Amino acid sequence: MTTEILLNFGLLVFLVAVALALAGMRHLFPVAMLTGLYSLLSASLFTLLNAPDVALTEAAVGAGVTTVLFLATFGLTRAREKPVKASRQVIGLVVTFATGAMLVYASLDMPHFGAKDTPVQTHPLRHEYLVAEQHEIDVPNTVTAVLASYRGYDTLGETAVVFTAGLGVLILLGRSRRGKRSNKA
Amino acid sequence: MREHTVLRVVAQLIIPPILIFALYVQFHGDYSPGGGFQAGVIGASAIILYGLIFGVEAARRAIPPTALRITASLGVLIYGGTGVATMLAGGNFLDYDVLAHDPIHGQHYGLLIVEFGVGVTVASIMIAIFYVFAGRGRVEDRDT
Repeated sequence: MTTEILLNFGLLVFLVAVALALAGMRHLFPVAMLTGLYSLLSASLFTLLNAPDVALTEAAVGAGVTTVLFLATFGLTRAREKPVKASRQVIGLVVTFATGAMLVYASLDMPHFGAKDTPVQTHPLRHEYLVAEQHEIDVPNTVTAVLASYRGYDTLGETAVVFTAGLGVLILLGRSRRGKRSNKA
Repeated sequence: MREHTVLRVVAQLIIPPILIFALYVQFHGDYSPGGGFQAGVIGASAIILYGLIFGVEAARRAIPPTALRITASLGVLIYGGTGVATMLAGGNFLDYDVLAHDPIHGQHYGLLIVEFGVGVTVASIMIAIFYVFAGRGRVEDRDT
């Protein structure tokens, strides 16, 4: 238990350090790399919280695919942040601190880590998903059962969202490339 | 990146295990962490790594963009088609109980098929987005 607490603290300290380093950077290549590192640290935290499904997604999407897409974007635009006026920096700082303060205020209302009497633990659906699932669907990974069977309709929608988002990117970016090629020919 | 021998050798070594891990996460998702979405992204990352090391053109030859458009739509079609199939079999939309004689077997089939659809769509879309981003840079480099 103590090692887990130490690991949690260590990872959170690293997260804050990476975030602070990110805030001070002007050059965007290291920003992309550090964002990937941030995702990897988050994935480790999710693993510690016994959420391996989320950790897999975070590691593959956040640390892997997104970093590559960032780098590819820098190939198309400039890889250096424009200097920002001091007045606008103050506005950004105020907005950031206000949002952060609100999030901290909201987190005070959340149940303590590992508490027994939270809605997640006491709601009747918990029994439905964790116990009745073993008789109705009988797969050990309840997350898969919930996602694909109990909430199959939602997941169909999510798949459609991924498909639509991809189509949007292909329509916006895929066409101009072909246009260039035909101009040249 | 063609002259980086170390990167090329290491990539050749780790791309097949990544693909096998993606298949494991895909088809073992009922029993261990993961599922279609995770498997799709992991599989796509293997192809993206291949494209980064050996060039987007080589990746395009291995998996043509036209095929990706078909598979991306096919995944959604598999998912929705399963729902229609359950309706034709007499159940509700996406009620896998009716897919086999035993409701639990039906649920297992339903989960496998549906997750496969999700994986195919996610992997295709991820690779297609990578092609579009990487391909634009390449074309502009050649033009200038």
